[in-house]
Amino acid sequence: MRYAYFPGCSLGSTGIEFGTSNKLVAQKLGLDLWEIPDWNCCGASAAHLTNHTLALALPARNLAIAEKEGLDIAVPCAACFARFKATAEAVKASEETKKKISSIIEMDYEAKGEVLSLLDVIGKKISVEKIKANVAKPLTGMKVVSYYGCLLVRPPKIAQSDDPENPMVMDDLMAALGAEPVDWGYKTECCGASHVVTKPMVGKQMLRDILYNAQANGAEAIATACPLCMLNLDMRQKQINAKWGTNFNIPIYYFTELMALAFGYSFKDVGVPRHFVPAEKLLQDVFSRTGARREGA
Amino acid sequence: MDALELTSAANRNRSEIHALEKKSGVELTDCYQCGKCSAGCPVAFAMDKTPRQIIRLLQLGLLEEALASRTIWLCATCQTCVTRCPKEVDLPALMEAVRQAAKKKGIVAEKEINVFNDIFLQNVKAFGKSPEVILSALYNLRSGHLFQDIDSVPHLFLSGKAHVLPEKVKNTDAIKKIFAKCAEGGEHS
Ligand code: SF4
Ligand code: SF4
Repeated sequence: MRYAYFPGCSLGSTGIEFGTSNKLVAQKLGLDLWEIPDWNCCGASAAHLTNHTLALALPARNLAIAEKEGLDIAVPCAACFARFKATAEAVKASEETKKKISSIIEMDYEAKGEVLSLLDVIGKKISVEKIKANVAKPLTGMKVVSYYGCLLVRPPKIAQSDDPENPMVMDDLMAALGAEPVDWGYKTECCGASHVVTKPMVGKQMLRDILYNAQANGAEAIATACPLCMLNLDMRQKQINAKWGTNFNIPIYYFTELMALAFGYSFKDVGVPRHFVPAEKLLQDVFSRTGARREGA
Repeated sequence: MDALELTSAANRNRSEIHALEKKSGVELTDCYQCGKCSAGCPVAFAMDKTPRQIIRLLQLGLLEEALASRTIWLCATCQTCVTRCPKEVDLPALMEAVRQAAKKKGIVAEKEINVFNDIFLQNVKAFGKSPEVILSALYNLRSGHLFQDIDSVPHLFLSGKAHVLPEKVKNTDAIKKIFAKCAEGGEHS
């Protein structure tokens, strides 16, 4: 199975563990990810917020390169995925948009390939048996909430996920790893994106409520598929505790990190020691709970 | 809000408001003010007007109040409202259109958010990618919040998450061209 792969800006820096673990998981699952050569930033929400044409043209250049290769596209970052998918849908819907965008990027682009989030590629295109067959160290009993955030599921016409209000694809993956998916009310709540930088008190309150809901439902950890959600939830817990006197110390993992760890890779291979909230101890406990061989950093 | 004579009010700012409808694809009369959008909006607690109220203002021709609102900047484009709206009113698209119109008139109720968006795009224009460290450094400089998040910086570098030199697209000309052509369209502010 071969896909064009768009890592996006975060996966080279703050989301570096996501990139690493995606590659490890893909390898194990026989998923061939062809990185789009000389890709450019998707423009994220800033382009979307200030210039509509630019918001389509920036992703379109990457999509056109993938189309030349005749491949469907897998996008790990939720924000990039949303921009890519919106561009593909806009080009599909209007001949005029198609012409305009092609002339701006000076390449043909006809939206032939399917745009998928990496979560959907792994969760929907690969059989659960195959995933289970690769589990060497099950996450038995690990209580984890799956956090989808906004753009993997909304707007439903663009995202086309399994359910915009109660998606299950990540929960099911967690179950396949042996973990215990915990149901909660905030799985598609917004993390505030860059508000935590520009309006810190607004952003932090949004994050606090997500962490609180996870904790109140008995979660030991949060799994995510978005580098921005990850950065926000992981990096801000200390500041939130200082502000509200809470005691959050909840490890946050990319879903592919948990997959790679369950597939037998070490903490160091995956990048778990890079996290802000210490994330090794919980897994050591989980592995020893299940009697699995302890390995790691 | 003072008392308002509705029939004449609704005629105010007609063409400008119509342009906003066209740009966002929202028909303002679709909204019957049920408030479901605002009940689920995760940022409503911080807004000066609820999302529903923004629509109401525009329905009533009170464009100035909508333009001056912090709400249009605080909308996180999370898409919760449009997902749940019984009339599928695309509020984030409307917020975007109103925000662009406000910016054009120099009305920026949330300066930090505006600065952040601008710097982000300048980076993409220059590098073809968005170097996160430069983004936050420039943001801190331009917004005047010099030491914001300084406590996280050592970890970001030590863990290999931050690099001083930005990554760059090789074909920067292609990206500059895309920006130039999109600006020609007259939409870029
Ligand atoms: S949910 Fe839709 S119809 Fe109801 S108030 Fe909001 S925009 Fe109007
Ligand atoms: S898109 Fe904007 S207005 Fe709608 S729910 Fe999200 S933050 Fe609120």
